[in-house]
Amino acid sequence: MADLLWFFAISTCLKLLLIPSYRSTDFEVHRNWLALTHSLPLSQWYFDETSPWTLDYPPLFAYFERFLSIFAYLIDPQMIDQGFGFEEANFDLGIGCLVPNACDCGPFAFPVQWVSVGGFVDLAFVFGARKGFGWHYCWCGLVKGLRRLSVLGAVVVAVFAVAYGPFIYHGQIQQVLRRMFPFGRGLCHAYWAPNFWVFYIILDKGLAFLLRKLGFAIQTPEASFTGGLVGDSSPFAMLPQITPLATFAMVLLALSPCLIKAWRDPRPGMISRWVTYAYTCGFLFGWHVHEKASLHFVIPLAFVAVQSLENARHYFWLSIVSCYSLFPLLFEAQEYPIKVLLLLLHSIIMWLAFSAQFTKGEEAKAAARIKKKDEQLKLKGNSNRADKKEGFVIGGVEKSYLKGTLISAFDEACSPRNIVLIPSTTMLIIKTLKDFDCDHNSKNISNIFVGNVIEITKLMQPR
Amino acid sequence: MKKNTKLLHYKKDTKFETGLPTPGITKTIKKKLEFWWALPWTKARESKRDGEGKGEEGGERQGGNPPKYGDFEAQRHWMEITLNLPVKEWYRNSTTNDISYWGLDYPPLTAYQSYFHGLFLRFFHPESVSLLTSRGHESYLGKLLMRWTVLSSDALVFFPAVFYFVLAYHSGRPNGHKTHIAWHIAMILLSPCLMLIDHGHFQYNCISLGLTVGAVAAVLSNKELVACFLFSLALNHKQMTAYFAPAFFSHLLGKSLRHRNPVLEVLKLGLVVLGTFALVWWPYLHSMEAFSRVLSRLAPFERGIYEDYVANFWCTTSVLVKWKRIFTIQSLKLLSLGATVSTCLPSMVQQIWAPSNQGFLYGLLNSAFSFYMFSFQVHEKSILLPLLPASLLALEEPFLLIWITLYALFSMFPLLCRDKLVLPYIAASALFVLIYYVPSGRQDAKETRSFNSFVTTCLVSCSVVLHIVYLTMHPPYRYPFLFDAMIMLLCFSQFMLLAFYTNAKQWMLMKRSVLLDKEKKHH
Repeated sequence: MADLLWFFAISTCLKLLLIPSYRSTDFEVHRNWLALTHSLPLSQWYFDETSPWTLDYPPLFAYFERFLSIFAYLIDPQMIDQGFGFEEANFDLGIGCLVPNACDCGPFAFPVQWVSVGGFVDLAFVFGARKGFGWHYCWCGLVKGLRRLSVLGAVVVAVFAVAYGPFIYHGQIQQVLRRMFPFGRGLCHAYWAPNFWVFYIILDKGLAFLLRKLGFAIQTPEASFTGGLVGDSSPFAMLPQITPLATFAMVLLALSPCLIKAWRDPRPGMISRWVTYAYTCGFLFGWHVHEKASLHFVIPLAFVAVQSLENARHYFWLSIVSCYSLFPLLFEAQEYPIKVLLLLLHSIIMWLAFSAQFTKGEEAKAAARIKKKDEQLKLKGNSNRADKKEGFVIGGVEKSYLKGTLISAFDEACSPRNIVLIPSTTMLIIKTLKDFDCDHNSKNISNIFVGNVIEITKLMQPR
Repeated sequence: MKKNTKLLHYKKDTKFETGLPTPGITKTIKKKLEFWWALPWTKARESKRDGEGKGEEGGERQGGNPPKYGDFEAQRHWMEITLNLPVKEWYRNSTTNDISYWGLDYPPLTAYQSYFHGLFLRFFHPESVSLLTSRGHESYLGKLLMRWTVLSSDALVFFPAVFYFVLAYHSGRPNGHKTHIAWHIAMILLSPCLMLIDHGHFQYNCISLGLTVGAVAAVLSNKELVACFLFSLALNHKQMTAYFAPAFFSHLLGKSLRHRNPVLEVLKLGLVVLGTFALVWWPYLHSMEAFSRVLSRLAPFERGIYEDYVANFWCTTSVLVKWKRIFTIQSLKLLSLGATVSTCLPSMVQQIWAPSNQGFLYGLLNSAFSFYMFSFQVHEKSILLPLLPASLLALEEPFLLIWITLYALFSMFPLLCRDKLVLPYIAASALFVLIYYVPSGRQDAKETRSFNSFVTTCLVSCSVVLHIVYLTMHPPYRYPFLFDAMIMLLCFSQFMLLAFYTNAKQWMLMKRSVLLDKEKKHH
């Protein structure tokens, strides 16, 4: 316990030191929301237009901001003034202290909400339903099952009621939903998230370019991909348009193996991995996903990373990639050493911790156990056993990716005016969907797209 | 279930049982932490200060009237001067080099270092170092580049020196745990005072301290000539390093006396020292006038025996005895010289009589302490000098280290408050204390407490209370510096106690070293 507290204290100190650094627009956004929830009555929260940053998170978050604004008012009433810019030093301190320690990164940590809602509801539903129908052979079991399902459903409904109730009462639910899901913002956010749609866009541009060279008359689209508030005009030159519904369908499609698995064999221990998978699908195929959402699938995976070698590998890999993909968010030259060294520190700690955790001796025993299980269950997997025997190592592809990130990070350092020059030799890594194998209990689904190609394509768009 | 047993199996070896998984982690953590946590608030202060600059980076020269902004501006000005004027003009008052506006007052090595950093600045941002027009220049890029120069000096000089030291130190001790080594490195590199002064306040102490640490390491590995060379370089970078000179002198003299041919050894060392000095001072050796001009810049006696509220003897006792009123500057100079030499003498004698590596480290601490306490024109930042050998001795005297660090920080607290570095101060001290009490091995070292724990808790709570009082309350009208004086008194008392303790410790070592010597002679 003392050790845990020690780590917690160290991380708090480090966060304290980061308080005075770069103030992102998100900072002002949240300050604005504090002001909004503090000064306006509830019925006005989703209608307020005094600033371009309208409240676009669900009501529970709004209540949270309201709660925080009480303390903010005590620290510095000027903070909550809606017309206020931001200049005070103690204001910094106030805001910094208000950011809860659970949020890993001060100014940015909040997920794409509809993914979270979708993910959780789906999984909860399936999980509950499966438990419910587990005893479908027994009549009384069915009743029990139904009762459980209804209890679960009631809980979910209750939570939603508490959150949305006041807005339904005011008849504002339409407006709330419109604010929460601003589909007018375009498929991709201004700073792209490394997800599937990048390839779609690259393909589209590539095809258009090719066909133009070949002499076809292709219309250049008026809207750009990364404009924040585009409207619904289509930015694709060649390929079919993507509507929000289409993205939703794709997310569900990607989620389906996981849902089926959870349906067939609901296990509480696996929930963390399934949640991670759900978030990853949402991240990859979602509409207007922000880079920050990558945090949301890294954190649940962290919980289970220590349990097995596969998880550890995936977590190591995933956290480095997602952290690196967040680099463009901190574009000021003074943050450059901080972000690079922070990532390095994190990866070194992970590497050393996991290596110590999964030492070769350990793995030999584990491999022996798994071997026995293999023989019993007659499953494939020579490669699995070989993997295990090596302990915590990373494969060749991953190594070259890491080298690529180092090169591009160094490149960024050489030009102090922060011109991002990406070496074109860095590669794209795709971890394909792996089969679930819950008997092995060691595999996980991860699907990662690397930021380097994304950054090349970013060069084609104005920042 | 199989799954549960697997979990249990792994849990047995988790870090929470055996301490941090590998000592290597702590080492790399320290390395990286030292690097990057210095950055946020140094960079942060720039983001808040575009075009403002009201002496936040002040220090010695407070009351920053624009464009006199303190240490930061001084360093920038030196880069401007050294870049644009020929070497012989650097210390001379002329129309282009106005000595009264932050004239160079460190020895030539600082000037050369400013020149190189100026080249770096000029390459990226020429406006910040252009002659005469860049006075008071404060742009985002300029500040960033200046901070980068400090960081790079830290990384290039201080870090390697510390690693060299740790290698030399631990090679002589067969039973060093890896965790101890990592902890030791952490204690030296993460010293909050050094970080706050160098990176928060803006100084280049890392270079001179790094060279000193390198010299110490060379002494520990019996490379005396290298040690002389490095220490002379350190002296030529900042004259404050002379605080350590008696210790080096006495130790090396003591060692030479044990050689078969002591005179030859002394001559060799002397030649190296003179040679290094000649090398560094070469441009100024052509005439007596140039030489004395530089010399007069290095020792500004007209500023009086003390300034502000520094926790040394003269300043603290000035509450009762108004030194400045009773004596002239000339007599005060002699007085302080006499006091310094006499307090430093015991430790010197001990080292000449029975030199040993351990004793040498204590000797460094003692001579630094005596200079800090009794020297002329001591600044608060000079506490860094006794702090360095204390951190080098971290494994022998862990409690001494944490106690002196906390009080050194406390003595600098008013200065840091003026620079608006309260948050980094708190975070840095907290981090240091946390790493000191890292929940892994090193249990043995924790039991060596020389003070009664009741007394220590009392003192610590007093300090905390004083901190809060200083931050929140206004001093009474009649005594506007009451709180500064109280802080100074408390720190001074602790420093005196510690100085007595370390002197005593050094003498007690002698008995042990005499015995060891006898054994060696037999072999």
